[in-house]
Amino acid sequence: MTNIIKKSKNTLLEKEKKLGLILLLPTILIVLSVVIFPLLANFWISFKPVSLGDLRPPKLIVKERIKGKLSDKNQIAEIQYRYRNTSIKYDLEYVIIKDIIPNGFTVKSLQPAQFCRLKLKELTCNLNNVSSRSSGKIILKVHKNDQWQEELDNPKKTKPLVTFSSKNVLTSFEFNTENFKKVFSASEFFEVLKVSFYYTIFGTAGALLVGLLAAQILQKSFRGRSIVRGLLLFPYVSPVIAVAFAWVILFDPFSGIVNSMLVQMDVIDKPINFFGQKYADIIIFDYVFKFPLALSMVIAFEIWRYFPLSFLFILARMQSFPEEVYDAAKIDGASPFQQFYYISLPFLIGIMSILFLLRFIWTFNKFDDIFLLTGGNAGTRTFTVNVYEQAFAISNLGAGAAVAVVIFIFLLTFSLLFMRYSKKETF
Amino acid sequence: MFWKYGLFFSILSGGIWGVFWQIFFTVAGILTLGSPLSLELSQIMIIGPLAGILYIKSQKFLSIKFHFTAIVIITFLIFISHLGNPYQVEDENRLIIFMLILLTSFFIWVSLNHSLCNLSPGKLSKHDIESFFIKFMWGIGLIILILITLIPFYIMIMTSLKNQQSLILNPLDLSVNLNTDFKTLFNSYIELFTNFNFHLFLINSFIVSCTTVIITLFFSIPGAYALARLRIPNKKIFSGTVILIYLIPSIVLIIPLYAVFSYIGLRNSLFGLILVYPATTIPVALYMLRGYFSALSSEIDDAALMDGLSRIQIILKIAIPLSKPAIVSVGLYVFMIAWNEFLIAFMFLDDPNIFTLSRGIMSLNSSEIPQQHLMAGAVIATIPVMIIFLYLEKFLISGLSAGGVKG
Repeated sequence: MTNIIKKSKNTLLEKEKKLGLILLLPTILIVLSVVIFPLLANFWISFKPVSLGDLRPPKLIVKERIKGKLSDKNQIAEIQYRYRNTSIKYDLEYVIIKDIIPNGFTVKSLQPAQFCRLKLKELTCNLNNVSSRSSGKIILKVHKNDQWQEELDNPKKTKPLVTFSSKNVLTSFEFNTENFKKVFSASEFFEVLKVSFYYTIFGTAGALLVGLLAAQILQKSFRGRSIVRGLLLFPYVSPVIAVAFAWVILFDPFSGIVNSMLVQMDVIDKPINFFGQKYADIIIFDYVFKFPLALSMVIAFEIWRYFPLSFLFILARMQSFPEEVYDAAKIDGASPFQQFYYISLPFLIGIMSILFLLRFIWTFNKFDDIFLLTGGNAGTRTFTVNVYEQAFAISNLGAGAAVAVVIFIFLLTFSLLFMRYSKKETF
Repeated sequence: MFWKYGLFFSILSGGIWGVFWQIFFTVAGILTLGSPLSLELSQIMIIGPLAGILYIKSQKFLSIKFHFTAIVIITFLIFISHLGNPYQVEDENRLIIFMLILLTSFFIWVSLNHSLCNLSPGKLSKHDIESFFIKFMWGIGLIILILITLIPFYIMIMTSLKNQQSLILNPLDLSVNLNTDFKTLFNSYIELFTNFNFHLFLINSFIVSCTTVIITLFFSIPGAYALARLRIPNKKIFSGTVILIYLIPSIVLIIPLYAVFSYIGLRNSLFGLILVYPATTIPVALYMLRGYFSALSSEIDDAALMDGLSRIQIILKIAIPLSKPAIVSVGLYVFMIAWNEFLIAFMFLDDPNIFTLSRGIMSLNSSEIPQQHLMAGAVIATIPVMIIFLYLEKFLISGLSAGGVKG
């Protein structure tokens, strides 16, 4: 009896396991093919000297031309095949060009004779190697015979068939660490590292702080609170491209409102290029302080765009807090600051540290914002922008992939940290 | 100590509010008149504190009539202190300046009414000082917060309604002449839809975003149910991996995706986008929905199983109907991610006929195309998200807070 129960239970369990895996399978497959595979491929590319040009598959262009008149029976005409390897880098191997010579022609001679054969009406040229950028000709001397028919026998009617194989850096087993050497040895690396961390730390902490303030302000109930709460989320929900360009236009040195306003009000003498100027000199008591202007602007944008998120989380947490504790504190004579410092803050510290870590990861990974605001110029090049810069601006895919690997390693470290902390605090 | 007296705080807050509103309405004046107004703060630094003293001394007999009189007095004082002609403007603008100053006085008084309410002019306890401070900061903080949030959007809309000439002539003039006809006012928008294919971009964005939502929900609902309910081996590891994958940014994946999609010829196509987007949104959706499904009581499932329903039927007939709001919010959130996505669209699409809105707006970012077109494009991209957001704010907020650390 117990055996039967056990057995049926087992089959039920088995069934569930099977069903569960079936339900999850599409997700697993999609994620594997579009996330995990590219991730591994990225490692692969990072060890290879691949440039953007390598993505265009090498091609052999073959052009067929007719020289001389075909209409005259006794005259000899030429059918020419000109071929050219358009690739700058790659030689083509095992190149074969095939074409059908129409019945109306008799072939007199064939050049180059050592490569080409004519079997019945089929021309086969075994060219072996065509090195990069090189070109050549196949010449057939023909004259028309009795079977010739005006409409049918145009040699251009059949297109030449080309087959070849070529080496491909992407799939070959050729590896080197050139890309990583380039990424790490450049003096740029430390600059990028510094900028990335400044951006991430100040951006995250700023957004968190403003979010905390906003949550404190909106915790008090007042007329129109829900409208204000909706308004404050605008920066986060609108498309990044729209708000980034709005900022760029707002701070434009030539026609931006901020600059013309500051000039009109005599605060500054000439317009400031907020997103294009690396440093601004600030003079305090004869000491010239170099203020990283563009980077600070980018951080300000980051704070502006992402404080709503921290605000939302902190507000949600605060509203779940029992009001009686505050009442008790009030009776005990705690001042508002004390209430905040001794009650609210300890209660919020958990969610805030989780938020900090998660937002830290996301800010570190942020690409769009900086790319759209400054293009990574004026001292704002973070790792993510560097990926784009290396891979697509300098068109060195390998180096870009190497930077992406560096990002991934940082990401992994942060995520493991996050996992360890988030175990203590679930939300 | 003098600073422990309510009178001191009334002077202080009068000064600060005075300066604050003076700056605010000067800027507002510049933007509506389009002509430079010099910012003079010395007068208001005396009038503001006077208003503060007036308020705190007359707290006992506040009435509507009194409020009205006080505002008139402040307005009068501002005029007198500027020798009858604040900002030294021409006659035709006098009325607007008068309105500005009236508004300045009104807001100074209302702010004082808020922050000095129930404050006695005499000696204050620590508690009173702190609550005054908090009240005061609350007001200033709220206003600044709203202003900072909204200014870029305001600039976006106003710039999009201007024409090239007036923008170059005077960047400060953001006033919109409502007397102009519809065609001149919305010129940039008409241009975008007639000459820049924005109708195509809109359709493309809708196709891509909606398809992404459908595919994401189709795969993540059963997946999330399986993770929430079924006994699967190594479930914890699986859930952890989902979170990890969801943290991987597209910039790390873009190079291989670009390479592979170029090779197989899917790069410059909407289909390629529709393949990639769900892969980035399914983990988020799975993570969010799993939370919702776990919150449903499992007894219903057990009862349904007893009644002979299969698991698939349970998903279709019980889990989905019960968590409809959750699914709506996840769907909206995914729509928003797909709609706002920039990097992949930017890297993948070259053909202007298949641009999504993000990609299309990027193509407007050149020195040959006037600024107001760019801003009109930005407005077009923002409006659908805003409509969804305002209409379904509650759903979306719960979606945001459930999985919304992405972005």
